[in-house]
Amino acid sequence: MIGFFLILLIIVYGSQWVTAFSFIDGIASIPKALSWLVGNFYPTEKSLQKIPTILTKLVETLLLSIAAATVGAFFALFSAIFGARPTAFSKPLALFSRGLATLFRNIDVAAWSMILLFSFGQSALTGFFALFFASFGFLTRVFMETIDEVGLGAVEALRATGAGYWPIVFQAILPASQPLMISWTLFMIETNIRSAVLVGILTGSGVGFTFDLYYKNMNYNAAGLTIVFIAATILLLDRASNMIRRAIL
Amino acid sequence: MHARTLEAPATVGSSEVRELLKVERLTKKYGEHTAIADISFTVHEGEFVVLIGPSGAGKSTLLRSINRMIEPTSGHVWFDGMQVDALDKKGLRELRRKIGMIFQHYNLVDRLSVIENVLHGRLGYKSILTGSLGMYQAQEKERAMELITMLGLEEHTYKRADQLSGGQKQRVGIARALIQNPRLLLGDEPIASLDPKAAKTIMDYLKSIAHTLNISMIISLHQVQVALTYADRVLAVRQGRIVYDGLPRDLSLERVRDIYGADAGDLIIDTGDRHVD
Amino acid sequence: MSLDKSESIQNIVTQSGRLAASGRSIKVKPLSKSRLTMRITMIALAALTIYGFFVFDYKNISPWQGTIDMLTNFKTMFLSPHLAHLTFWEGAYAIVVTLAMAVLTTLISAFLAFFLALFAAQNLSNHTVARSIQAVAAFIRSIPTVLWVLIFAISAGLGSVAAIVGMSFHSISYLTKAYAESFEEMDQGLIEALRATGAHWWHIVFQAVLPMSLTYLISWTFMRFEINFGVSVAMGAAAGAGGIGFDMFMASAFYHDLREVGAITYYILVVAFLLEMLSLRMKSAVRGKMI
Repeated sequence: MIGFFLILLIIVYGSQWVTAFSFIDGIASIPKALSWLVGNFYPTEKSLQKIPTILTKLVETLLLSIAAATVGAFFALFSAIFGARPTAFSKPLALFSRGLATLFRNIDVAAWSMILLFSFGQSALTGFFALFFASFGFLTRVFMETIDEVGLGAVEALRATGAGYWPIVFQAILPASQPLMISWTLFMIETNIRSAVLVGILTGSGVGFTFDLYYKNMNYNAAGLTIVFIAATILLLDRASNMIRRAIL
Repeated sequence: MHARTLEAPATVGSSEVRELLKVERLTKKYGEHTAIADISFTVHEGEFVVLIGPSGAGKSTLLRSINRMIEPTSGHVWFDGMQVDALDKKGLRELRRKIGMIFQHYNLVDRLSVIENVLHGRLGYKSILTGSLGMYQAQEKERAMELITMLGLEEHTYKRADQLSGGQKQRVGIARALIQNPRLLLGDEPIASLDPKAAKTIMDYLKSIAHTLNISMIISLHQVQVALTYADRVLAVRQGRIVYDGLPRDLSLERVRDIYGADAGDLIIDTGDRHVD
Repeated sequence: MSLDKSESIQNIVTQSGRLAASGRSIKVKPLSKSRLTMRITMIALAALTIYGFFVFDYKNISPWQGTIDMLTNFKTMFLSPHLAHLTFWEGAYAIVVTLAMAVLTTLISAFLAFFLALFAAQNLSNHTVARSIQAVAAFIRSIPTVLWVLIFAISAGLGSVAAIVGMSFHSISYLTKAYAESFEEMDQGLIEALRATGAHWWHIVFQAVLPMSLTYLISWTFMRFEINFGVSVAMGAAAGAGGIGFDMFMASAFYHDLREVGAITYYILVVAFLLEMLSLRMKSAVRGKMI
């Protein structure tokens, strides 16, 4: 027990040294930041004029997140069918789709966006592909787990009736896993919005870029207002997703 | 086609009873381990065969080798004029259509309704397109309703399968198998997860289906007493081999002890007053 | 008994003949609330996606040409990576810095979240207190991590302090929710039994709650550590917090060095794979313990 805490202490101290992090500075920054937050959450007349700009960009970011999650879910569905145990019909194909998903999942969205900047520059496509790759990787994994959970028994029974592969997929696997898959896709949209803000800051697009501009020009009222709108969108989306989940699960 | 099967329930005990299934020297090995070895037997039309034996004796493997859910290593199976072990993919589908199967854990699609689960039994007759889209003919739907009614599930027709009790789920499983118009029904421990009352209901249904609709049954059970009550014939398997093949009344207590070996201590066997027919 | 059954089956056989003759149409897929909702959700998502593709700001970049470029770029990046602006060991050190940020964030959040979760769990705490903590946590989660980091950067300056504190905010609220759910899943009887003996609330926490939920807590914490590693990479890039993320940002946005970006991606991939393997091992170990 003492050994465990000693190791923990060494890790903490080492990490602190490597990152030049100071707990005192960290604690001191909290009240300052919170007072800034409170001070700038009051929208001023000037910042309120920015609302149309913020909203336009927010809608763009929202659509981007939805498109990336939806297209990601579509491809993840096939990849998961080829990779999950009850439905895999070819070993090389299963290994390939599992490997692909692992690769896409383990490169963070931020890294993807910096990679994709070379091909798509500051267009919305950088953000779309970064979010799409991350969504594809994550959704393939959870879809595979879903099929594994719901599949084996029903697949055995339908194989025994002489049913072919695709009828089994469409009549048993998909109806059984559809609700969970939709639920995960909704979760992915929410994650994508958070990530989209980050990607926007890195690549100069969407509402993330809008925030970054206000922030760098020290127009903190407008930056604060942007945060309010982003947070409200995420909270609303969370509400809506939960309502849909309650109806379908 | 269905109508004919329905209107003319076979008469059991008529002069000639045809052979439906013939298994010859069937063996399945997993590497070094032999699951079933050198198994031979025949099953006649409408015959109710119960498969007993300790767990791990090879009952599941044997059942699944008959419809080739498991590929046997060697040996032959003939079913209704087809040589099962020589069938190509198309022939195999045709075979599986004629053999229904029910399972210990029912293997239904939980989120779908009873009638949809029942209609799944028709997928073996469908093309990729009609099957994938779940397009069923009016006649098939009517047949599904008939079977649902016959098994006493009419008020649950549109309920989701996961809202049913175990016994009701197994009846859905039976309906799904029957809508295939099978000649043979394989049951892999169909009552092992049920309470005694539900188990009895299921066994009564199976027995009367066998005799009324002239469908042969091979049902594996671990309750010896139930086996003795319902079987026309008992097949006992031990360590992958058939150790008894005969009438239930000829199966003595000593033989049962022998079949189950060290596991016999757990069995409660009541040999008196058993055959109900 | 079985005689009765076969009779009833015979009856139904004859009845069904009449049923078939009536020829009424039978519905197979009744439109339940669940099905309707799923259908509407899917149609809405598809429609919004298609609409999105029409209104996105493409900035004169052709999607097809871009996709072809992307594939060529992938080839260059991953097949001929090299380091130009940092040495191999500098890269390794940068990865250590990124990992250290993730470690500190995770440890700080785990420690604070444990206490917050005790008050946020419905079975251990007062209902109002639990509700308020959950609400605050939900609010904090609704602001993306990068925004928290940038908010803290105003007072603490861009760098590791702002990054770690900002990341911790999000991390704490995530772990508080996860831990509280683990506490709520515990056997209520045991807590009641201890309460009945007159044990002090803190005694219950350390003698019953902590030991019983420890495996869950560890597995949630490690999962968050995996996420925090990715977030650390991102914050290095977006908030100048240093580490491998910052190097990647420089290679991409300043030097436009595709091959270096490729090399740095390999660094990240190796660590991410190692963490995932470790996490899977821990999950199975934890699961083994629970059985």
